Amino acid sequence: MRAKLLRQPWVYSFGAALAVWLATIAYTHGQGAGAILTAALSFATFTIIVGLGQMMVITTGPGNVDLSIPATITLSGAVAMKVMDEDTGRMAIGIVAALGAATLVGIFNYGLIRILRIPPIIATLSSSFLVLSAAISYGRGIRIKPPEPLAQFAEAQVLGIPIMAIAVLALSVAMAVVLSRTVYGRSVLAVGQNSRAAWLAGLNVGRTRFLTYVLSAFLAGVCGILLSGFSRGAALNMGEEFLLASIATVVIGGTSVAGGRANVPGIWGAALFMYLLVTMLNTFGASAGIRLILTGLMIIGVIVAAGGEEQR
Amino acid sequence: MNRRFLRQALPFLTLAVVLAATFYVQPRTMSYFGLNLMLQYAVPIALATIAQMFVITVNDLDLSIGPFVGLVSCIGATLLFDNPALGVLALLAMIAAYGAVGALIHIRNLPSIVVTLGLSFVWLGIAVLILPSPGGKSPEWLKAIMNVHVPYAPFPIIAAIVIGVVVHLALMLSSYGVIARGAGGNPKALSRAGWSMLKTKVIMYMLAGFFGVLAGLALLGLTTSGDAHVADRYTLYSIAGVILGGGEFIGGRVSPLGAVVGALTLALAGSFLIFLKISPDWQIGAQGAILIIVLALRALVSYGEQKR
Repeated sequence: MRAKLLRQPWVYSFGAALAVWLATIAYTHGQGAGAILTAALSFATFTIIVGLGQMMVITTGPGNVDLSIPATITLSGAVAMKVMDEDTGRMAIGIVAALGAATLVGIFNYGLIRILRIPPIIATLSSSFLVLSAAISYGRGIRIKPPEPLAQFAEAQVLGIPIMAIAVLALSVAMAVVLSRTVYGRSVLAVGQNSRAAWLAGLNVGRTRFLTYVLSAFLAGVCGILLSGFSRGAALNMGEEFLLASIATVVIGGTSVAGGRANVPGIWGAALFMYLLVTMLNTFGASAGIRLILTGLMIIGVIVAAGGEEQR
Repeated sequence: MNRRFLRQALPFLTLAVVLAATFYVQPRTMSYFGLNLMLQYAVPIALATIAQMFVITVNDLDLSIGPFVGLVSCIGATLLFDNPALGVLALLAMIAAYGAVGALIHIRNLPSIVVTLGLSFVWLGIAVLILPSPGGKSPEWLKAIMNVHVPYAPFPIIAAIVIGVVVHLALMLSSYGVIARGAGGNPKALSRAGWSMLKTKVIMYMLAGFFGVLAGLALLGLTTSGDAHVADRYTLYSIAGVILGGGEFIGGRVSPLGAVVGALTLALAGSFLIFLKISPDWQIGAQGAILIIVLALRALVSYGEQKR
């Protein structure tokens, strides 16, 4: 049983998160232990949302990665804030508009990959330039506050647990079920393991990839709306940090970079670890430079400890 | 026309088109001085692109080259200026660090994207420690090299040609270059033939580090002071440059001359967009569009190639 547990890739990310949290509260002599966890859950949810999308993309096989997530988050946040225009009555239409814009980005990404046969990294990178420009141009100089209900939802807590974290937990469970129980989810795994074999077995490889890129963009859109609610407005650099975060959480969480193996719980552990790590370094009073160096080394350390793929 | 030839000529045609368009929009650039000014920053971008190309040759991707170039500019503006011997030692240590990363990635079979993404934080952190805010001074000899005036042809063009030809000779025509590209094409076959993949990867990563150092020093010679964030965009530029130049992500299919031409195209595209008076909001977007158009043309050419 214990050996089986230790073989689960997500155990390591949770272990790392726990260790960092313990080190932090040992330093503060237990002060703020709960508050740190609450904050970690709040901030980690954004990373988890985009991490789930990135996980599906990475799982569809080597070379598949979505670099347009940060730009999509920014676009979605700008569209949501501008359409809502601080009016609670316009919230629904704002959400639909933002998610619609994000979905279009996903369709465009897949179009580039499929029709122009561009490697996904370059396709999503080029489209992210266009999307970012669209967001900058559309959201020029916006300082629009989110409608009150949206801001309240993004900040609400029950017994110290953010409501958003509970919602994202439900989303994660749903994603795990989709992955292991539905034709689409199984197709993603099959395509990632061997796309040719999947194609020969009669799976619709093209449609699977298409849905995956759209899903990733859609989740980035969700993240953009919630994030602009949480941070009281959209900003043109709000997506920036999620490029590293989305990829790092997926990989640290035990999802295979070579594709074909996904891990939902690992994303939670990794997202919490990444946030708690920064908190710990802040608590220790590390300077910006030291903080950056240690963050980088920790990411490398975890990936080295978790090990790469077996030689094929 | 031969499609294979067309495919290889595409990077050069792209550059010619962008150059012609720039001349058309702003005829005054068609001079020694104009070209010099427009292409100045192409030299560090070309060097960074070559660095990226070495990593792509062995099927990896380096997401840390931008912050690395920034770090080199910081070291150059402080250590190298105050204490040249120590500065050179620090730069050599950084090239060695690149080699060590290559070894680590190979031995543990790690995904290069994640390792270099983590590494980009390390480089940025060290740079911020050395130089918390932009400053320092470029050594005089660096400034002198970057502002050299060559008769007839502007320095950036000469430099780009020299870089491209030297790397082309080393990677495309030497026997070890064939092994190195083979390491990207079919690593298993090469290691069965008795070549050490570890050694190849370390050498390629160290070459990437070496050209990254050159890029940082060239950039410092132009900006004359160091800045940790000066080259943040070089990661994207370098990847785009390799791809524009006809390189492929897998299989060791790269082209040094193409990569240099790709870098020149990117640098020129920036000036071209300014001359077009495109709103600054759409500057990045327009570069993305240029990238997509070139790749679409290439897909069109390759499509015909496969059909026949």
